[in-house]
Amino acid sequence: MTEKKDTKVKKVAIICAKGTIEDVYAALVMANGAVMEGMEAKLFFTFFGLDAITKKYMNKLHTGTVGNPAMRMPGGLPFPTLLGVLPGVEAGVSAMMRGQMEKLDIPRVDEFLDMITAGGGEIFACKLAVDMFKLKKEDLSDHVIDIITIGDFYNMAGGDGSQIIFT
Amino acid sequence: MAQKTYAGKSLEVTDDGYLVDPSKWNEEIAKEMAKEEGIELTDKHFAVLKFIRENEASLTIRKVGNSGIVDIKGFYALFPGGPLKISSKIAGIRKPTSCV
Repeated sequence: MTEKKDTKVKKVAIICAKGTIEDVYAALVMANGAVMEGMEAKLFFTFFGLDAITKKYMNKLHTGTVGNPAMRMPGGLPFPTLLGVLPGVEAGVSAMMRGQMEKLDIPRVDEFLDMITAGGGEIFACKLAVDMFKLKKEDLSDHVIDIITIGDFYNMAGGDGSQIIFT
Repeated sequence: MAQKTYAGKSLEVTDDGYLVDPSKWNEEIAKEMAKEEGIELTDKHFAVLKFIRENEASLTIRKVGNSGIVDIKGFYALFPGGPLKISSKIAGIRKPTSCV
């Protein structure tokens, strides 16, 4: 028998590339959970994930109501994809999701970034995606430390007990 | 479960070191538990601990940050290395189960 030796996770480097409520919150909850445990956390937002750190969009994220087989009506009945295409449905469902999260004391995106950075977490934006979407530093949340390349991000992600997570 | 002696009293604690019976807690116990975490308790710490004991049922970092006692950054500074977990332990309540 070999003795099991677990190296504790000491650092997480999280990459968020999608801009739906669930993708962004998965990344935020993981980053916040890491700093709460006393770990180092670095978050890298790229492509549509940039919405989460773009001032104009960060608190108005939506969830997709089309092509999501796990989407259900309140009460548990299946949510027909055809219903999801109707005007206003996506906005309504998204508002409902944000309301449910508020009840669980899960904050809005801007406040969540406040919490993560208060705990020492660091936020970065992807240079390629920022250029592609023609964004400027001032369009992004003040919590964004820098606009960097993925190579730069990898260079900060190393060390004993560190993990890279892609959502 | 294990027994640990704090402030001259033998107390039952969980494997993680949390008091099994929060009603046995007092400030002397808190001081000794804090010392194990490398923290010297101040009045500010005690104000936070009081808030934590009163809000055990729905405790989150966000709630502590909105308590008016300390902001989130200050909370991390008071209890470094995992504020919610460490403060709950020192406050003599159960290990928090919140993700936020």
